Amino acid sequence: MCLGVPMKIIAIDGTTATVEMAQVRQECDLSLSPGAKVGDYVIVHAGFAIEILDEEDARETLELLDQIGFDTGRGS
Amino acid sequence: MNMSEELIQMGHGAGGLLMRRLVADVFARYFDNPALRELDDAAAVELASGQIAFTTDAYVVKPLFFPGGDMGKLAVCGTVNDLAVMGAAPRYLSASFTLEEGLPLATLERVVASMAAAAREAGVEIVCGDTKVVARGEADGIFITTSGVGVFEGGRPARAPLEAGDAVVLSGTLGDHGIAVMVAREQFKLETTIESDCAPLGGLCAAMREAAPGLKFMRDPTRGGLAAALNEVAAVHGVGVEISEEKIPLDEDVVAVCEILGLDPLLVANEGKVVAVAPAAEAEALVAAMRGHPLGARAAVIGEVVAEPKRVFVRTAVGGTRILEMPLADQLPRIC
Amino acid sequence: MKYLDEFRDAERVRKVAAAVAAVAPDDRGFTFMEVCGTHTMAVARYGLKKLLPANVRMISGPGCPVCVTPKEYVDYAVALAREPGVTVATFGDMMRVPGSSTDLLRLQAEGADVRVVYSARDALAFARAEPKRRVVFLGVGFETTAPTVAATAKEAVAASIRNYFILAAHKLIPPAMRVLCDGGVALDGFLCPAHVSAIIGARAYEFIPRDYDLACAVAGFEPVDILQGIYLLLKQYADGERRVDNQYSRVVKEEGNPRAQEVQAEVFHVCDSRWRGLGDLPASGLALREEYAALDAARAFEVEPEETVPDRGCICGDVLTGAKVPAECSLIGDECTPARPVGPCMVSSEGSCAAALKYEYE
Repeated sequence: MCLGVPMKIIAIDGTTATVEMAQVRQECDLSLSPGAKVGDYVIVHAGFAIEILDEEDARETLELLDQIGFDTGRGS
Repeated sequence: MNMSEELIQMGHGAGGLLMRRLVADVFARYFDNPALRELDDAAAVELASGQIAFTTDAYVVKPLFFPGGDMGKLAVCGTVNDLAVMGAAPRYLSASFTLEEGLPLATLERVVASMAAAAREAGVEIVCGDTKVVARGEADGIFITTSGVGVFEGGRPARAPLEAGDAVVLSGTLGDHGIAVMVAREQFKLETTIESDCAPLGGLCAAMREAAPGLKFMRDPTRGGLAAALNEVAAVHGVGVEISEEKIPLDEDVVAVCEILGLDPLLVANEGKVVAVAPAAEAEALVAAMRGHPLGARAAVIGEVVAEPKRVFVRTAVGGTRILEMPLADQLPRIC
Repeated sequence: MKYLDEFRDAERVRKVAAAVAAVAPDDRGFTFMEVCGTHTMAVARYGLKKLLPANVRMISGPGCPVCVTPKEYVDYAVALAREPGVTVATFGDMMRVPGSSTDLLRLQAEGADVRVVYSARDALAFARAEPKRRVVFLGVGFETTAPTVAATAKEAVAASIRNYFILAAHKLIPPAMRVLCDGGVALDGFLCPAHVSAIIGARAYEFIPRDYDLACAVAGFEPVDILQGIYLLLKQYADGERRVDNQYSRVVKEEGNPRAQEVQAEVFHVCDSRWRGLGDLPASGLALREEYAALDAARAFEVEPEETVPDRGCICGDVLTGAKVPAECSLIGDECTPARPVGPCMVSSEGSCAAALKYEYE
């Protein structure tokens, strides 16, 4: 039960943020991710930001991916 | 009378003076046409001899007004579209209103004005109607039932059997209507600029028939979305359908709402789209003609008929396959 | 980076699928369980099973919390919804979950005030706006959802909102995984949940490679994530080493989300819990703490739910552990269908039994 989508924080008012995906906006509670700031992407689950996305980690994952296939030892 | 303050009362449906005034000031004024002007027990209309197309539909949308449309426009377009996809030219509509006591007359007037505008756009006349008023709480504002008559110009289109290899063509983006209405209900607090695609399809359907004389099937994918329409095709015609996810036009905001609420846009309602099956050889001309019409600007071949019987398959954008089932009921937002 | 398109890219999917095929040792078969229901939905939506080598099989685990919510809970929610002045607010997922004699969708048709909400916040806001109604939120869901519900409990207390209640049946994933391991289920590893792990952290699964010698990979919900997760599971076999890999590091930290854990622990304590299909599992659920007893719908109301009718003949427990396949069930397609589901594997549209019915023509 864990549908969660990455949405960008475009404004913060207290512990409530306005988050956006494409041109769709909604409110999101930040009390579980107190470090989130405007411009961050957060995973929104049932109206709460449950974690902040880490861009560097995302890039690393994609880079790792772009390398696999070469290090499997059996060729592809 | 001061329309802005008046409310619908039980008397507006009682057959007396109040009702006559309502008919004269609202219905006859907006729908005005020769057949209606006679205010007789039934409308006398001209039709060519031979087969006609005849359909009826009830409208209960909530809220009454939503981005891109309202119940009045919907009540005209929905019925007109059922005629158009049959290959008939829509001609006459009847309109039956169930009004809830206490409804502001101004609200009814807005809905009726919108119906009149949609009827003009669709080239149909609303020639007869009825009004009933029910006590407060026994209806929700306005319910409308429209019936429609269309004529087959040049005869009723032949129904050629669907064959493997036939092209499946869609006129544009999916899910706009269902999502616009869902957002307008404000149950889920989403801000969007998504508008319903509600539109009369008579012109587009006529252009399609002209461009593809071998056209085998048309359907407007309303409730249950493309999934319901294609599953009906598969069941009725005893064929399979395979569509390609990446070829299906979608609005990115509709996709975003579906992501957030866990919905599948292929199951969401449309009110201004048509899905068609045509011989592969005519597909290119068909799509070109559709793109030349304002309501088909994003038309595309989205798949084909396959021999595999009575199932709808979706080839996913990443190269997988899934089965698209007949929806069980309305989709509920999920968090799993 | 918008974190979706990059992980749905067809070219990347093709590439990682090729890598999965290349890394899979071909001298034996592999069975992995995607624990989480959202993984199950994503695998179906993108048709990923077709992209896997023939010797790699994915089975669906008990990770759909509405599906594993027991009948007793639904029966209790039904009894609450029948109380005058009560509004039951719930995620849409719960509406079709069958109780002993009815479900919430039907109850709504009978006139009960049952509302689908997107968030526990919406239920709390409704309680605030309608002080004369008693609003019961159905607190179901795993570690991902429990902190969000806990946050509303804290806010209700802080704002002295006395007409907001929670019927808590939150469940915990690692204890269920331990039960599956102890049951000797024929598995080679787990594709670990994405957003549960965002809260509890990747290290919550360390006991699995250590105590059971099974592979674990935390993976996101996009097609690239899922295939890369399966790649990492297979790589552990190619490398001859079991561990917990974290494919979803852009969201999941080793230690999880400490703030969310804190909020959850403030409001809930761990308790034994009943799972539909699996039975009573020790220390596998969450109940409201004494300090929040006033919000606890299980204590604040005096209702007499109907007697719960046990499911006869349902083999979902065995299907969930991989011991049996849906075809062995005597109810499937007959007494148990997507429109009238009996067990958890039919409740979810992509559950093992629903999927078995749906794909029987293939």
